[in-house]
This record gives sequence, structure tokens and C-alpha cells, in this order.
Amino acid sequence: MPAFADSNGRHAAAVTPRIAVIVFPGSNCEHDVAAALGGLGGAAELVWHRERSLAGFDAVVLPGGFAHGDYLRPGAIARFSPVMAAVAAVAAEGAPVLGICNGFQVLTEAGLLPGALQKNRGLTFLCTDAELRVTSDRSVLTAGVAVGRALTIPINHFEGNYTCDASTLAQLRDEDRIVLRYAENPNGSVDDIAGICNEAGNVVGLMPHPERACDPLLGSGDGAVLLASFLATAGARAASADSAA
Amino acid sequence: MTFEVLVEVRLLAGIADPQGATIERSLPALGFAGVSAVRVGKAIRFCVDAPDAAAAETLAGEVARRLLSNPVIEEATVTVCQPSPTATGGTQQP
Repeated sequence: MPAFADSNGRHAAAVTPRIAVIVFPGSNCEHDVAAALGGLGGAAELVWHRERSLAGFDAVVLPGGFAHGDYLRPGAIARFSPVMAAVAAVAAEGAPVLGICNGFQVLTEAGLLPGALQKNRGLTFLCTDAELRVTSDRSVLTAGVAVGRALTIPINHFEGNYTCDASTLAQLRDEDRIVLRYAENPNGSVDDIAGICNEAGNVVGLMPHPERACDPLLGSGDGAVLLASFLATAGARAASADSAA
Repeated sequence: MTFEVLVEVRLLAGIADPQGATIERSLPALGFAGVSAVRVGKAIRFCVDAPDAAAAETLAGEVARRLLSNPVIEEATVTVCQPSPTATGGTQQP
């Protein structure tokens, strides 16, 4: 039995979800996120970006780092990695897909999430704890987490200034897709956005690093709240696939 | 024929450009007055093999649109130069 439960104590499944953690050349948070997911009861496996199939996985994480050196723009070249067609396919099927930091940038470049991440307003690389508010529970990352809950999770980025056009922003608000906001805007992001989801709620991107806040020894355990929600959804998916098989 | 191509990528009007703003703020300290509207972009040069200039422009335009620029925050202009029989790419000196 997996040990994870979301913040409502919801034990989603008796099946351990298999999570693909995509490794691009230049990714550098893949082991952290795999360890965090493993500690929460998931079975995370590193998957090289040249892989073309994600068969057998219940969810996908695009970790932080500098995929393909961030050359041209963060995520601009990663979106053409062979694995990205499979990521788009499982996202369309409803599998939970999470992009953290550079992974968020890759998801916007790939068109799986709207908008773009620009250089921080102050042109400063930011590496600090950020106070966040959960502002929507309609994503796989925040399902079961109380709206309004405060979380302390580190940020570590130069290009985390989320931007989009006015109609996209209105749509994100209307559809309740802004899942996390900064309590104090560190980087100039429009509407204090720290994380958003797609229309279905299964694809989520955020700049903060929940995997670095999964133990009070690391300064905060708040990231585990989000990753547990993600795993609960993945576990439910694994269980339904198991019972259908 | 081989055509030399220049793609200029610029931030869209209205998109904040902290690099340009920082450069602009630093200029008075160096004694440069009257410089405004500084915007930082990218210039990307490459060579295209194509039967004619129009075909080269079409291909380069696709490259600019799909990879070299992000239409959410950037725009790109493509300039196709006259065919250069000696063009082999890279940083040739005249």
C-alpha cells in the first residue's frame, strides 16, 4: 500500500503510481523530484528525453534545470525533444503532467500551457523562499488543498516572470486556472501568478520547487502538500487502469 | 542556390524589456545623453539552400516562427540576402 495521502487524508489508490521524470540534457532537479515523489509513496523513474513512449506511466514530471542549455529561450529546444510528442499525447488523455520551473517553461513553449516566462523584472536571478497562496483547487497539483492555504516553497529562477495577453489572462481567471499566486510578487509575474493549469486541470506548471520543500529539515514541508495531491490523482488513475485491465 | 538569411527577434511592443531598460539607465553615467527606447533582441544568421529567394524566405520564415521566436512575447523579421556562391555558413570574414 502506498503511504501517500493528500491533505484531506484522501488515500486515492491501492496501486503505486508510476511517475515518469523526464531528463533533458541540462535538467538538474530530476533526482530531487524523484526522491520527493518516492518519499511520498510514488514510484518515480527517470526517462531520457529521446524516449518516444510513456506507456505504463500514470503521470509525468518535467523537472527543473536548463534543458538544452536554455539556448535560444528556456524550453525552446526542449519542446522538440522526441519525448515531448508522448508528453502531449498522455496530457491529452488526461494524465497528470507537472512542469516545475524549467519544466513550466518547456510546457509553455510546447503549447501545453498558455503564456510565456520572461526574464525577472529586476533582472536578478532569484533563489529564495517564496510565500505562496493556493488560489484554485481545480488542478491535479492542488486538488484537495484548501483554497487560501499559505505555502512556503523556494524559487530558483532567472526567467520566471509569467506573462500572457489580456484575453488569456481573463480566460485563466474566468476558468479558475491560476492555481498558485505569490503573496509578494518577486519577479513581475502578471497577476502574481506562480502556477497555472490547463483547461482540464491535469497539466500544471509552476515556478516554485515543491520537491525542495518536502521535509521540515529542508526548511519547509509545504511542497509535499502539492506533490501528495499530484500523486493522489496519479494513484487514482493507476487504480482505474488496474481495475480496467 | 545558397541564400544568407538574417532573422531579427524583438520583444513585442508592450512587453517589458528589463535588459533594454538597464542599458538605457546606464548610458547617462557614461556621458551619453539623448538615447532612449533601448530594446534588446537577437540577431540570428544562417544559410538556406533553396531554388530562389522566395522559397528561401518561406523556409526561413517557418524557422523564425516555429523555433527562433516565441509569438507570445516576440516578433521576428526575416531578411533574405542575395545568393552568395561562397556562403558556407558560420562567421565568414569578407
